[in-house]
Amino acid sequence: MKLKELESWLQDVQGFSTPRILLEQYQTPPHIAARVLHTAQASFKDLEGKMVADLGCGCGMLMLGASLLEAAHVIGVDIDEGALEVCQENLTEAEVDNVELIKADVTRMMKDQPRFHKFFDTVLLNPPFGTKHNPGTDVAFLQTALEISHGAVYSLHKTSTRTHIVKKAGDWGVKAEVLAKLRYDLPNTYKFHKKASVDIDVDFIRFSRQK
Amino acid sequence: MLTSKGIKNVKEGFPLKIQADEVKNVDIDFDQDFISKMVPKLDWNALIFAAQCVGHKEDLPDTLPEGYENDEDLLRKLHHILLEVEVINGCLECPETQRKFPISNGIPNMLLNEDEV
Repeated sequence: MKLKELESWLQDVQGFSTPRILLEQYQTPPHIAARVLHTAQASFKDLEGKMVADLGCGCGMLMLGASLLEAAHVIGVDIDEGALEVCQENLTEAEVDNVELIKADVTRMMKDQPRFHKFFDTVLLNPPFGTKHNPGTDVAFLQTALEISHGAVYSLHKTSTRTHIVKKAGDWGVKAEVLAKLRYDLPNTYKFHKKASVDIDVDFIRFSRQK
Repeated sequence: MLTSKGIKNVKEGFPLKIQADEVKNVDIDFDQDFISKMVPKLDWNALIFAAQCVGHKEDLPDTLPEGYENDEDLLRKLHHILLEVEVINGCLECPETQRKFPISNGIPNMLLNEDEV
């Protein structure tokens, strides 16, 4: 599937109906999701025929894209009922069947659980950036993702935290490759946002075990 | 795959018993390679138990036979039970505490209350 075609599919994905600030719910913009997934498949062959997980799947943008790029099976995990409802609608609307949703606390359910250890081929995440009320959530999500994947992990992180993230990866013996710096247009989702939208710089990073 | 190990005092919390009130069968393309790569990652006894819970035990042997990679018939059955049988409504029950995790609209709710962890 071409990048443009994928992006146009993803543009139909509905966003959060009632975003919750505590969970830092921001929808992954379709053009970013499309690029992330297209790269994962076209450059690294990490999606087609693979067992994929999407941690903090939200409205299912990444899940849906992975499914459209012919992942064998995609499991999405999120803690929020409202997000999962919208996600399921999006998946039903797009008529994809190779997907499954679980309502759970990502770090609590999957971290230090031998049964999930390296279970997935590829793990996708657009984690909470770990600002405001959730310091460290991005790192906790990433650590969980690395535990449950035996292949690659694709993630988005604020460019301002790059040094920190790359250092963490080094500590865990994982290779972190910044594939692109993207401009993430954060629409005014919450009341405390004073401007209509804010652009922030986000790194698209591929993590993999060092051979 | 799922476990109730997060509950305090629960040692293993696995396998969870599936109570299926409503089941839906979906149609998914068979990918032999994918299924045979997935088999070694599964706990066979737990799989048999799960199959039993949803009424598909008769399809599967008690132990994983050798040479399963080339047994297309078996792999097709596994494909069906793993990917095509969806529990829409029901619950998952912890073998140690009998705590039930509801499944609604196809989504199991594994969240625990603060006093349970």
